[in-house]
Amino acid sequence: MKKTRYLIAAAALLCALAIPATAAGPDALQKIIILATTTSTQDSGLLDVLVPLFERESGFQVKTISVGSGQAMKMGEKGEADVLLVHSPEAEKKFMADGFGVTRRLVMHNDFIVVGPATDPAKIKGVSAADAMKRIAQSGSVFASRGDNSGTHAKEKGLWKGAAINPEGQIWYQQTGLGMGQTLNVAAEKRGYTLTDRATYLSLKKRLGLEILVEGDSKLLNIYHVIELNQVSWPKVNSQGGKAFADFMLAKKTQEIIGSFGVDKFGAPLFFPDAGKKPETLGL
Amino acid sequence: MDLILDGIRTALSLIFSLDREVLAVTLLSLKVSCSATLASLFIGIPAGVLLALSDFPGRRFVISLVNTGMGLPPVVVGLFVTIFLWRNGPLGFLEILYTPAAMILAQAVIATPIVTGITIASIQNLPANLKLQVRALGATRLQTVWILVREARLPLLAAVMAGFGGVISEVGASIMVGGNIKGQTRVLTTATVMETGKGDFDVAIALSLILLALTFGVNYLLTVIQQRERPR
Repeated sequence: MKKTRYLIAAAALLCALAIPATAAGPDALQKIIILATTTSTQDSGLLDVLVPLFERESGFQVKTISVGSGQAMKMGEKGEADVLLVHSPEAEKKFMADGFGVTRRLVMHNDFIVVGPATDPAKIKGVSAADAMKRIAQSGSVFASRGDNSGTHAKEKGLWKGAAINPEGQIWYQQTGLGMGQTLNVAAEKRGYTLTDRATYLSLKKRLGLEILVEGDSKLLNIYHVIELNQVSWPKVNSQGGKAFADFMLAKKTQEIIGSFGVDKFGAPLFFPDAGKKPETLGL
Repeated sequence: MDLILDGIRTALSLIFSLDREVLAVTLLSLKVSCSATLASLFIGIPAGVLLALSDFPGRRFVISLVNTGMGLPPVVVGLFVTIFLWRNGPLGFLEILYTPAAMILAQAVIATPIVTGITIASIQNLPANLKLQVRALGATRLQTVWILVREARLPLLAAVMAGFGGVISEVGASIMVGGNIKGQTRVLTTATVMETGKGDFDVAIALSLILLALTFGVNYLLTVIQQRERPR
């Protein structure tokens, strides 16, 4: 008697779990692509412009998952995304060498900047990126790090390495583990420095009270690539949809939109279109 | 202070201009959390009644598990549900990751122990003689259960409120299994996190106020029902 009741309860539980399965038919699935991308493309608002356009033109439905570049590539490695839009070149090269991606194409660039309080306690205004890192470390000024394996975090680690400094464990080195927008807020509240992509900084600038102190160093280039994923290792990857999105990002019309995005709001573009260019020509 | 006033102003203008995006986000929040609460009632009430009335070895252990589950951290639920629902995960064939269905599933997992726990407490708090009396009057087991549940319906409404309150306000699981996708899985809590990240604090405050108003509205409705039926 009791046993049958448990069985009924278990069956009810299974039914309840299975109901959502009817939500999407197999045809609809081919039309869905998962785009794993960085927080900067989302927080700057660029994808809010591009994705609806792509969906209208192609008929695909895009699920944009905005995480750090590190996590986006992890999703790619596990076959849990169909296309990546990321900005962590060193890690991307390894990703490609390990055979997880099929093609990796240059989409656009902008630059990283070091921002901080106007009082600039570490006196880094106008110096090179490497010198800025050294001076921040020497003065012990608060530096807010993303600490999340994002492309920005990877770039920042590269800068510390270039300056021969190991900031790990230092009291002034604070890892937020948050996206760029929130890390900028933390830096602003603590009157500290941080490394940010220009797009996110410009879109948040009005509230922050942080100023651009270091810019224009070739080491601060921020380059975005679109990566199509390998369907051979993960048969469930929608490679057709991934290719459609990658092609869309490089199409002439899209590139024009990228180049003019933000001009009306900030007086200057947030991204510079680079389709078809070689990374070397950007100064890498 | 200005910021909060700005937020309230933005909230009012977003609500009264019937901003389509905000409206869609609000409706999705309601839809997801109501479905999840409903699902948790279907599982939690029978399970709670069963645990309250039955006797088997290990019953206390199971009830402690349920009580622990009442405080299940949403991010933990989110993490495990995500791993299960991955394309190449054990439930990947369902293909529901990053859809409202996945959010309903995760929220139901969060709400079910809450509903079960409160159900156990409500049934056990009924006068012990009631059960004896009902049985003595010749009720079958099923009839007994039905009468006890009916008697406990007012405290059971508290289970509904607690379950709903738990899921409408959680963000950790929704953002992981839903992905905060514009127009598809963006709900009030995940949108608030995103707007805060973007530095649009006035919109974030507006969304929070809408969320509070919504939660209040639903709880007010349930409270009215509960108090109207107050026995004697």
